[in-house]
Amino acid sequence: MADNTMYLEFPSKVENVAFARTAVAAFVSQLDPTMPELADISTAVSEAVTNVVVHAYPDTEGPVAITTKLMGQQVLVEVKDNGCGIEDVDSVRRFGTTTCSQERMGIGLSLIESCMDHIDVQSQVGQGTRIVMSKRLEQQRGGFGND
Amino acid sequence: MGITVSYQGSWLVAKLTGELDVATVPAVRAKLEQALVDKIPAGLILDLTDVTFMDSSGLGFLLGRYQRLAESGGATMIAGAQGQVRRVFELSGLTKIIPQVQTLAEALKAVGGES
Repeated sequence: MADNTMYLEFPSKVENVAFARTAVAAFVSQLDPTMPELADISTAVSEAVTNVVVHAYPDTEGPVAITTKLMGQQVLVEVKDNGCGIEDVDSVRRFGTTTCSQERMGIGLSLIESCMDHIDVQSQVGQGTRIVMSKRLEQQRGGFGND
Repeated sequence: MGITVSYQGSWLVAKLTGELDVATVPAVRAKLEQALVDKIPAGLILDLTDVTFMDSSGLGFLLGRYQRLAESGGATMIAGAQGQVRRVFELSGLTKIIPQVQTLAEALKAVGGES
């Protein structure tokens, strides 16, 4: 299958978190992933976009941009915002770190790391954050009609 | 996302349906909190059989209810988590804190109720 790319941009509304994970999962489905692979990608996208909604734009709305690339069996998802940025990226990658008190566990990035093969976080305070995560699907099994 | 609450003896059973994320948790939390205000149960069974997706917002909700019940000496049990919901629950490590069983029937049996 030829490489393919999808670009999405939407405001950081909580209602759009489900839209984002569903849209990315639908796009990735053309590679015929297993259900656990698709669930992991949905989980990772949900966490990344939730981070934008809750942390990047805590008191306002801003744009969220998602680029999804399919390269062979490799899925690459970039989630980008222009929000407040993260002062210490390493600290927020630690399990259980959160700046919120409202029943948030602070495990969003840890869950992404568990669900994807690789994650890269780049952030500048006042400029925004860019998360790139990738996952290689295990088998090439073709599309619909092929087992 | 939906939630229905009922009593099985002195245990409150909350049956959740749909997706648990940052958009849906607030309404579910409010409804369950109201039930917990109306009557303090001996324990809480969160039936996740029909929950089709959960992320860390949902995990925070589960942990919050566990802590809420623990403050009043009550226990919390998770029932029926499967697929993506079960995987996220296990990845989070919450399985070491909140007991889980495969089905609501098992949970009710464990607390001495009818299935």
